[in-house]
Amino acid sequence: MPFDTTLEDFAAALTDPAMATPTQTRGREGRTDARRFAVYRNNVAVGLIATLEMRYPVTRRLLGEVFFRALARAFIVERKPASPVLIHYGIDFPTFIETFAPVRDVVYLSDVARLENAWVEAYHAAEATPLGLAALSTIAPERLGGVLLSFHPSARLLRLAHPAASIWAAHQEHGEPRTPEAWTPEDVLVVRPNADVAVRVLPPGGYDFATALMAGASLAEAAAPLADNGVDPGPHLVGLIEAGTIVTFDEGRSS
Amino acid sequence: MASTHPRIAAPLPARAGLGLKAEHIDEILATRPDIGFFEIHAENYMGDGGPPHRRLEAIRALYPLSLHGVGLSIGSPRPLDKAHLARLAALAERYEPGLFSEHLAWSTHDQGFLNDLLPLPYTEETLAAACSHIDQTQETLGRRMLLENPSTYVLFAESTIPETEFLGEIARRTGCGLLLDVNNVAVCAANHDFDPLSYLDAFPLEHVGEIHLAGYAEAEDDAGHRLLIDAHDSPVRPGVWSLYDWVIARFGVAPTLIEWDNDAPDWATLHAEARRADRRLANTATRGLRHAV
Repeated sequence: MPFDTTLEDFAAALTDPAMATPTQTRGREGRTDARRFAVYRNNVAVGLIATLEMRYPVTRRLLGEVFFRALARAFIVERKPASPVLIHYGIDFPTFIETFAPVRDVVYLSDVARLENAWVEAYHAAEATPLGLAALSTIAPERLGGVLLSFHPSARLLRLAHPAASIWAAHQEHGEPRTPEAWTPEDVLVVRPNADVAVRVLPPGGYDFATALMAGASLAEAAAPLADNGVDPGPHLVGLIEAGTIVTFDEGRSS
Repeated sequence: MASTHPRIAAPLPARAGLGLKAEHIDEILATRPDIGFFEIHAENYMGDGGPPHRRLEAIRALYPLSLHGVGLSIGSPRPLDKAHLARLAALAERYEPGLFSEHLAWSTHDQGFLNDLLPLPYTEETLAAACSHIDQTQETLGRRMLLENPSTYVLFAESTIPETEFLGEIARRTGCGLLLDVNNVAVCAANHDFDPLSYLDAFPLEHVGEIHLAGYAEAEDDAGHRLLIDAHDSPVRPGVWSLYDWVIARFGVAPTLIEWDNDAPDWATLHAEARRADRRLANTATRGLRHAV
């Protein structure tokens, strides 16, 4: 049998437990051996499930180990890693959760998973030095509106339909789990300006302001909706800078 | 401070080394234990930045490093993933490891990355494919690599070349070195019913640049035969230490890694395991010296 066909059969049987042991493989008795082949099947499944468990520890805590494994097993059957860099495996787990009928009643679960995914992405993101507030004072006031900001590579903005950040915070390793005080949507900024990942719930208006800036809007453009509602954009900008979210100001455009 | 520290000379000493675990790094940096080198899985450091790289920079400033790949899929009939090769090259350039090693195995196919070191038949066709992948890897990295003998649970009907001969021929054709995993020899010997000493006797020891030691788990196959699994989840077994003694007495000393990646114990236990290998290496080196005098 050509090499490619042998490995083709092996790979197909590896990922489909319903398939028979590949006919070209041999155990000690000179014939196929299901338990031997099962070692490979098991290695693949255990390794990928463990990868998801490490990426989504709070989702796992919320579901319990048995239920989480069933969810993870369903995911790995459907989606294999695109590359050997498992740091990137399971990014689409939150959207998979939304489609997985047995957990559809746990409405906040995919939001918690989205936050956990953003946390891991921020953890592994490129390094950059955040700007301090002092940098803002170097800009002439009349040019401020035209300023473009670039964000730290780790910065992630999330609009969550449930208080998932509060639930996430209450189910960390330490401390007693508790129900959020108010069941309200939460907008979240995840950023790792230095060694530690920070998760912040944004005040009302903060998400749209930051999202517009991140998409390339000038300060004036991003601030307009806030100003229209009589909200001072200043504290929002200061909040982003103090969180270490901004790495450069660009005065390229005049206001 | 760590980033400006002059790096430890790159080649690995013929001493015991350990796999670098994130949970041990603070203790290692605080106590600076006497260890020959640390080994990392390349794929765990392929993020763009963050704490893993910060910690690795700090470790690298103090210790020699061995870069061990687990995802290149050298034994596959398909072309190597050039993006992955480029990531490996970038990592090797950044951390200047004493050596780079990969496996005689495959792990990527149409379905994606299968996350295990999978076995291949040993034929003229697979030999040619593996050699061309190793040539490409050594060319891209601009250095000689080591290739590790696998743990296997099945053989292939079409195999025509013994594993030791297959590895020797790869080393001869590509100029690569070999990583002798003594635990894998013990695992395969039990699983495929051969004498591990005969295997080691046939192994091209002159190409060995590093040795791996680990613990295995035990199961049974369909026929009720004992099936050993390369689990890296426990101490090195007495039989594996004996094989190791045989290898270093015959071949001489080499950098030796203790692989205990799963259910890893506390640092003190892991360090004690490394010292067991160090004592054996020291005894062998002393004996060798006496012979030389």
